[in-house]
Order: sequence, then structure tokens, then C-alpha cells
Amino acid sequence: MDKVYNATKDYLRKDLPDFRAGDSLTVTIKITEGEKTRAQEFKGICIARKGSGLNSTFMVRKISHGIGVERIFPVHSPKIISIIKNSSGNVKRSKLYYIRKLKGKKATKVKELKQR
Amino acid sequence: MEGIIGKKLGQTRIFNENGENIQVTVIEAGPCYITQVKTKKVDGYSSIQIGYKEEKDNRLNKPKLGHLKKAGKSLKILREFLILDEKKYKTGDKITVEIFDLGNKVNVTGTSKGKGFQGVMRRHGFHGGQATHGQSDRLRAPGSIGASSDPSRVWKGMKMPGHTGDEKVTIKNLDIVKIDKKENLLFVKGAVPGAKNCILKVIKAKV
Repeated sequence: MDKVYNATKDYLRKDLPDFRAGDSLTVTIKITEGEKTRAQEFKGICIARKGSGLNSTFMVRKISHGIGVERIFPVHSPKIISIIKNSSGNVKRSKLYYIRKLKGKKATKVKELKQR
Repeated sequence: MEGIIGKKLGQTRIFNENGENIQVTVIEAGPCYITQVKTKKVDGYSSIQIGYKEEKDNRLNKPKLGHLKKAGKSLKILREFLILDEKKYKTGDKITVEIFDLGNKVNVTGTSKGKGFQGVMRRHGFHGGQATHGQSDRLRAPGSIGASSDPSRVWKGMKMPGHTGDEKVTIKNLDIVKIDKKENLLFVKGAVPGAKNCILKVIKAKV
């Protein structure tokens, strides 16, 4: 796989912040409608990171009008304009799928990581 | 029917200028050398035999080395490609990924991954049997395989369980998304047969 990595490493993005599951993120993505392009924000909790290198993706979950919405983004997609890390969560697992079963306030928040 | 021999390196993704995600297979193609030109006059048909993967002399047997003497290279893998114009090719010529252009379509031939002895559902896409209505042990069964006393035998070619995979497979009309001339890499959209490091034949598709 080394040759594959070397051939595609130009596609890797280095301008994005380090983040992990539990962090609350604001992802700004480019959306093309016909000929117009505009930016759209997606704000929620990162509940999973998967894959490695160019194939890695992350999943963001938010509650919109009472309905849970999840989006999966490729980490290195050029369509992502920016990722802003709003806060880090204090979580004990790498995949926060349990959050889907929670209701009310718990479903939108994870415990924040205390700054040391 | 110009083509090249290559090795499957693996699958990954790349992004095009619109930012869209394309899944690609990376093939290390060539450099290959023409080892023999077969002509209509001598052989009855026209084709070129090309070789891939340079090898130490002591790793090849002597008949092969003698055959490769004209090409001047010790090559491990030989394949034949049908051609139209015999005069264009000469023994010893180098063939690289430069024979392809971006946007070309190619057919990729390889040996598929072996799946072992498989039942009819996996091997031929049968639907299996009912799960309910008093059935037992019918879930993956093939069903009837023929009539009774006439013909009193099973027709030849009846689809039955057996060894699956590990056979020659050609995937047609794959797009070339990217070419890396320095590293001899072809990026082909979609999947190609075989495991990583398997040998592939990449041929220009008829337009």
C-alpha cells in the first residue's frame, strides 16, 4: 500500500484541526446548486471516525427539529471549507453510537473535557 | 487492441476538480517490452507478445532466456495482445502507461479471487427456498434439477454447487481517471478482478 499512499498523498489535507469522537464541531461545506455555490454549516457532535489516510471519514450527529440527523464526511474532501472544533468531549469510547438511544438534553451533549 | 501488463496495488479514493469523490483502483502498469511480434505471414495472425517485471537471469529457465534474447531483457511475465498493424511494433520496444490518455476507456482482465466450494446461491445467484410454510433444510437448497423418468438423467450444464472464483474475468469500459507517468501508475475508476499484487492485462477498449 505504500505506493498507493505515495501516489495519493497530495490529496491529503493538513489544514484541518485534530479532532476525535465526542468533540462538538462546526463543519462548513461547499454546496453547488446548478451554477451557484454556497457554504452550508453543519453543527453537531462527532460520533465516529473511521478509516485511515485518504479513506478516512467522520460522522457528525445533530438534532434538527426533534429529529436526529447524521452526516458522514470524507475527512480529506475538498468540499469541506473548514472544520471548527467548538469543544472537546470527555468520552470513554471511540464510537458514540449509544447517543442515538438517548432522549432530551442528553442526546445533544456529551460531558465536556476539563481544560488542564 | 493496444495494451499493457500491470499489477493491482489496491483501492483508494481520489477527488476530482469538482470535489467529488471517485473510488479508484491503482494499477502499476509496465514498463513492458515487446518480446516477439507475430505476423500474419509466419504465425497466421498478428499480435505482439510483451513482457513485464524484470528478473535476475538465474531466476528464469533457459528456454525462456533464449526466447527473450532478442528483446534483451529478462522478463518474468509474458502476455499476448492482438494488434492491427504489424509494422508499428518492433521487438525490444518499450511500452509504458503513455499509450493511454486521460478519459480513455480500458478493459481489465485478471484472475478473480478464489471462493472455494460454494453453493448455488453464492455461485449462481439462486434464491434458495422458503423459510416458512412447513419447510425444513430448504433455505439454501437448489430445488429441482430436472424431470423424472424422461430423460432419467440430469442435463449437461445444470447449475450446481462447485468451485467458485479463481477464473479469468474481464471488466469492460473502465474510465482512466489519472495517470502517473513517473511512477507508472494507472488510476482506473471502479474495481478490477483479483487480489492485491495480482497480474492484470489492461487493454484499450473499443470506442
